[in-house]
Amino acid sequence: MSDTNERPDGPDRGIPDTGELAEQIEELERRSATASRLFDVRRLIGGLFVVYGLILVVAGAFDSDAEIAKAVDVRINLWTGLGMLALGLFFLGWQLLRPVRPPSAEELAEAMDGHQGKDRPDGH
Amino acid sequence: MHPLAAELRLDTNALDYVIMAMYFAVVLGIGFMARRSVKTSLDFFLSGRSMPAWITGLAFISANLGATEILGMAANSAQYGVYTTHWYWIGAIPAMVFLGLVMMPFYYGSKVRSVPEFLLHRYDRSAHLLSSVLFSFAAVLIAGVNLYAMAIVVEALLGWPEWVAIVVSAAVVLAYITLGGLSSAVYNEVLQFFVIIAALLPLTILALKRVGGWDGLSDTLTASRGSDFMTAWGGTSIGSDNPLGANWLTIVLGLGFVLSFGYWTTNFAEVQRALSAKNLSAAQRTPLIGAYPKIFIVFLVMIPGLVAAALVPEIGTSGSDLTYNDSIPYLMEQLLPNGMLGVAITGLLAAFMAGMAANVSSFNTVFTTDIWEPYVKRGQTDAYYLRFGRIITVIGVAASVGTAFIASSFSNIMAYLQTLFSFFNVPMFVVFIIGMFWKRTSVKAGFWGLLVGTVAAMLNYFWIYKQGVISIPSDQGANFVSAIVGFVAGAAAMLVVTPFTRPKSPEQLAGLVYGTRSPGMSEPPAVGDDAWYRKPALLGWGAIVLAALCYIPFSF
Repeated sequence: MSDTNERPDGPDRGIPDTGELAEQIEELERRSATASRLFDVRRLIGGLFVVYGLILVVAGAFDSDAEIAKAVDVRINLWTGLGMLALGLFFLGWQLLRPVRPPSAEELAEAMDGHQGKDRPDGH
Repeated sequence: MHPLAAELRLDTNALDYVIMAMYFAVVLGIGFMARRSVKTSLDFFLSGRSMPAWITGLAFISANLGATEILGMAANSAQYGVYTTHWYWIGAIPAMVFLGLVMMPFYYGSKVRSVPEFLLHRYDRSAHLLSSVLFSFAAVLIAGVNLYAMAIVVEALLGWPEWVAIVVSAAVVLAYITLGGLSSAVYNEVLQFFVIIAALLPLTILALKRVGGWDGLSDTLTASRGSDFMTAWGGTSIGSDNPLGANWLTIVLGLGFVLSFGYWTTNFAEVQRALSAKNLSAAQRTPLIGAYPKIFIVFLVMIPGLVAAALVPEIGTSGSDLTYNDSIPYLMEQLLPNGMLGVAITGLLAAFMAGMAANVSSFNTVFTTDIWEPYVKRGQTDAYYLRFGRIITVIGVAASVGTAFIASSFSNIMAYLQTLFSFFNVPMFVVFIIGMFWKRTSVKAGFWGLLVGTVAAMLNYFWIYKQGVISIPSDQGANFVSAIVGFVAGAAAMLVVTPFTRPKSPEQLAGLVYGTRSPGMSEPPAVGDDAWYRKPALLGWGAIVLAALCYIPFSF
């Protein structure tokens, strides 16, 4: 890729120095699509845990005496279900209250100007 | 790897399978949804260096929380007792804090894409190539061993044939990493973290209740195993005898310093998560955020192990079908009703996939950026390396499936190879630490430090210990001593080679050595990162103090 400043002799021939590497990585960071196009994982964790929680709560409500006795007299499905439900709702709520902030026009322009891609807005 | 006892077959029903199936659907869904965010090779290998700290921090800990770790540490507890806490409080936390506070500015600030790439810039091509090739082999091997370990557990618990489990889980991991690259690996690790906790926490609580709480557990085991079994430091003075076969000095130096710093600070499967963070502050906080759950996870693996030892006093001996590794599956079978059972199996499968995926996603990065790009096909377009990264992922997963099948007939060789590779992390750490703090360290010292340190550690383990030249009471104890030997020998080699060989010029070392700076290290904090709870120093020292406090109840 950036072999333009290659030192013609010596054992380090062909190794980009750290400055060249940094330029190459910054260029890739500018073109990167992860920050702008990757979905928010909080929604997914929240959704799965809410569904798991509901399944377990329902299962727990119908647990037989034998099943409760197996779990040392604890309604473990019910309690775990409630716990998972709470965690799921926490993630959904967090995502609603603190959504990932979309980049403003100014910030986009700044990014286009070749300013380092370091301050990409990301409100997690 | 010992086959699990046949009576561990779980009484699963449709509900458990629904829970498992939903999990696999979500895991694959993450891969498909992450795909559209992969535009450059940097997106594929390092998530475009744009992840927030809480995500990379949880992925950092999840990548370590593979099922071999969970089942292995529970086994360790059933065998050695509360000594297991050393692998967490002294054997992980200080190293994680050191990585975040001291090393991360050099790693992240120099913008290297991998651990071997740092060696390329600090030393030369020979150190770079040696570490890249060994890391690639080790990653494929460990992924394969992980797959095989999973196949045995799944066969015992669910009755699936081994090959079905190997092929299905390899296909799932392959699909989501090829599609979404590191982003889907990291996202899945975050999800896995919570599923694993949801599986282990209820199991731990039920297990404790079953034996009459902590006091009941403590009384039973003190009566059957002696009072040292329930302490962290009992019987570890030098010269006295304890089941671990190690004294406080080898625990602190061998496990706490050399082995742990080697693993946590130079193992790319871990460091890669931090390198994908969105800025230097987030990269520094990655291992620090991971440190807090790490302090407490020990209870979720140790207590089930201890309870298994209390319920089945003859566990791990010829008097019982159960091996130490069966501790957690045994408790699942005894205590969990359908529903919760499905969550626990899902948690175990998630942990196996986490362990494998971390190795696959670090392997494809090192193979592409550290072997293929500099030494085989230079100067291609970025799209070429992105495509190559996907292809090598397929090849890497295929190779680890092959390794898994080989492991099923030659499991002793696999254990041997794993020990062999484990000795490579130790000199890696020597080479890093000396190279980072001593400017004069010469170009060639890196290669010789790696080589001499690795060979010395292996010689100590396989010749001096295994052949009985010096007697060390246990494999674990010998591991600690070998690590110290590798560290000292590697350091000595570097000290001898350096005066006779050429140093790097100061401008080549900018941002790679302590006391020098690179532009990447002086970025202003992002909005909100100056909040007190996001200060790396506070987070790091807080974790150290907390881990030290945790020792107190187990020390007297």
